[in-house]
Amino acid sequence: MKGYNYAFLDEFTKREIRRKILKAVAIPGYQVPFASREMPIAKGWGTGGLQVTLSLIGDSDVLKVIDQGSDDSVNAINIKTLVQHTTDVKLTNDTKEASIIQTRHRIPEEYLNEDQTIVFQVPFPEPLRTVEPSEQLTRRMHAEKDYSKIWLYLYENIVQYGDIIFGARYPVMVNERYLMDPSPIPRWDIPRLHNAAFLSLFCAGREKRVYAIPPYTKVEPLEFEDYKFEVENFDGKVCARCGSGDTFLTKSVDDKGNEIWLCSDTSFCEKRRKKNGLFAKSG
Amino acid sequence: MLEIKGLSKEFFLHQWGRRIEGFRDVSFAVDKSECFGIFGPSGSGKSSLIRCIYRTYIPNKGEILYELRNGKVNLATLPEYEVLKLRKEGIGYVSQFLRVVPRVSAVDVVAEPLLKRGMPVEEARAAASSLLERLLIPKNLFDSYPSTFSGGELQRVNLARALITKFELLLLDEPTASLDEEIKEIVIEMLREEKDRGATIICISHDASFLNALADRVGVMKGGRMVEILEEVP
Amino acid sequence: MDCLLRVVNLTKIFGDGCPYCLELTDDEHNICPRCGSIVACAGISFEIMPNEILGIVGESGSGKSTILKSLYFDLEPTKGAAYLNCYERDIFKANSQDKRWLRNFKMGMVYQNPGLGLLLDITAGGNIAEKLLAAEWRDVGKIRGQASGLLKRMEIPVVRMDEITHNFSGGMQQRVQIAKALANNPEILLLDELTTGLDVSVQARILDLIKEIQRELNIAILLVTHDLGVIRLMAERTIVMRNGRIVEDGLTDQILEDPQHEYTQLLVNSEV
Repeated sequence: MKGYNYAFLDEFTKREIRRKILKAVAIPGYQVPFASREMPIAKGWGTGGLQVTLSLIGDSDVLKVIDQGSDDSVNAINIKTLVQHTTDVKLTNDTKEASIIQTRHRIPEEYLNEDQTIVFQVPFPEPLRTVEPSEQLTRRMHAEKDYSKIWLYLYENIVQYGDIIFGARYPVMVNERYLMDPSPIPRWDIPRLHNAAFLSLFCAGREKRVYAIPPYTKVEPLEFEDYKFEVENFDGKVCARCGSGDTFLTKSVDDKGNEIWLCSDTSFCEKRRKKNGLFAKSG
Repeated sequence: MLEIKGLSKEFFLHQWGRRIEGFRDVSFAVDKSECFGIFGPSGSGKSSLIRCIYRTYIPNKGEILYELRNGKVNLATLPEYEVLKLRKEGIGYVSQFLRVVPRVSAVDVVAEPLLKRGMPVEEARAAASSLLERLLIPKNLFDSYPSTFSGGELQRVNLARALITKFELLLLDEPTASLDEEIKEIVIEMLREEKDRGATIICISHDASFLNALADRVGVMKGGRMVEILEEVP
Repeated sequence: MDCLLRVVNLTKIFGDGCPYCLELTDDEHNICPRCGSIVACAGISFEIMPNEILGIVGESGSGKSTILKSLYFDLEPTKGAAYLNCYERDIFKANSQDKRWLRNFKMGMVYQNPGLGLLLDITAGGNIAEKLLAAEWRDVGKIRGQASGLLKRMEIPVVRMDEITHNFSGGMQQRVQIAKALANNPEILLLDELTTGLDVSVQARILDLIKEIQRELNIAILLVTHDLGVIRLMAERTIVMRNGRIVEDGLTDQILEDPQHEYTQLLVNSEV
């Protein structure tokens, strides 16, 4: 597109953002503050993730953008459009093909290798915000590795509700040092972060923070010895489209108004259907 | 065992700018296993003297030399930690004022020194009970609070508490003031047993016959001075 | 015998302070005439042995609470040092990590106002759990076991363990505070006007509990109060403070029956 720099941001900005990313990678789980830019999307719609993607992307990259697992949502399409207009990089829906995957609230189901990077869109980077409203105090807690307040919150959950109530945004301990908010990915995806071959970058545009999990890093969800971390249980339900019983499912309704369950990762679902020779059903 | 040299105690009351003399220039010595009585009218300084030995009062002049295993110490100038240590097992004191330890049953009041030493509860209470029994305290009072006791019962509880610890030096201030004859005899017997096991006793009493029965020597105090030391009170 | 805690020349001045603050103030006037600063406490030195109960008695403004707050790191002293036998340096110069460790493991503090020592919107068990979690207990069953044991020891019915602490009476809140302070077996317990404002019978019960616990756990206690009756009951040695200065110290029975200093005599004679 005429008049814009390659990948929208100017080179100096990209460099500074990359510097912050390097710092984040060097201190796994630590939230690095950065000066978020004005973007052509509204705040709260992935400006952070977008800035990271734009700072990293080059001609040889292949970009996939998903929103709640879907390549075709309005949000994902808009972002892809913006990137393509300012870069001309190849876009794809195929997880295996992509070198950069920008995502909102999900990790793709397929295995990702060392050459791939996931960029997470993060609304609220601070895992301690639930228990401590003061930014000054949460910063000190991270600095002193004083996480007793969140442990207390988990204990009170168990006393009050019988279990830990975090669904998405489940707090994790990264590299045994920093407590981190993994963004609103479901519990299902949390074990994928541990010791992963891929690089995970997290960015909150509105909150102005970037953090990272380098490959092969310990990522442990907070749990008690007698109340362990568990992923969602779909009770034997399968995807109405591809028949999978081993992916993260979301609830939906078919044409007749009946409740059905579908794979959240649409491109993976598509691949499975093609492999099994199934045709797209309506609904 | 204990040597008092030229001991004096004076009280200065700041609010009125007045000095009140407790006692002056008191000197005497007590041997181990001896019972030294102190006799005299009220106001003669007897209680103040004994309180100085226990360090509840700080003497102004003189020395209180107490013999320990590894030498003598001056109780008048001994540092507070050492005094507290001595009070645990060395020196015991029974006041003439019968102050009650609130909300603790009689048997527990007596058992407490043993509990402090780490004796198991049942054993301590058993030892306490047998002492109270000997002093003719009715069994049904063992678990009552001493705040409901008569003066004589209270006195016996305090005595029992002092005796259970087996102190080396016992300081008694009017130990039989509220007791009738029968119990007095028992107390004399118990104190004699203390002497036999090696305890030294200093005992204030206005009861001449009591002192004559128990004490080896008696110091007579008058007007703040120890005027004479006799074998017996006339 | 090695002392457990040694405080040396603890001084706290509120205000700008000036070089004359200390010499121009004494136990009768604690506001500096030159700069108007308040000398909350000055030149405070004392020692506590293991297992000992030391009382600090004084009226409002005597500086006694300032001492406790400084020791517990709620306030930063202007001058002075404090040494705990488990820590090789002056604790006032420790870094925040070490201070947190000392607060969590070596000291327990009970405030006069339970809201300062407790999280009132958390359950009673949760308050105690907070300390255990800080000590890295990670088994909910075991945490609850320990917490309920402590609550039981404090004569709080275990069925109320999961109730929000806000709903408890003042006396009960204090007992939860004590349980919390004892959670990690500290070596010294700091009690700041523990029973002030409570009903008399409640006061009595709490003091009895403290005495029992002190004997069971062999813990040292620094007890701050304005109530001579509490001192008489609890402390073996006592320090008397006035306007930030120590005016007298000694064995409790000596302080109460043979007070030497003018102010101590006034205090003792004023007892109702």
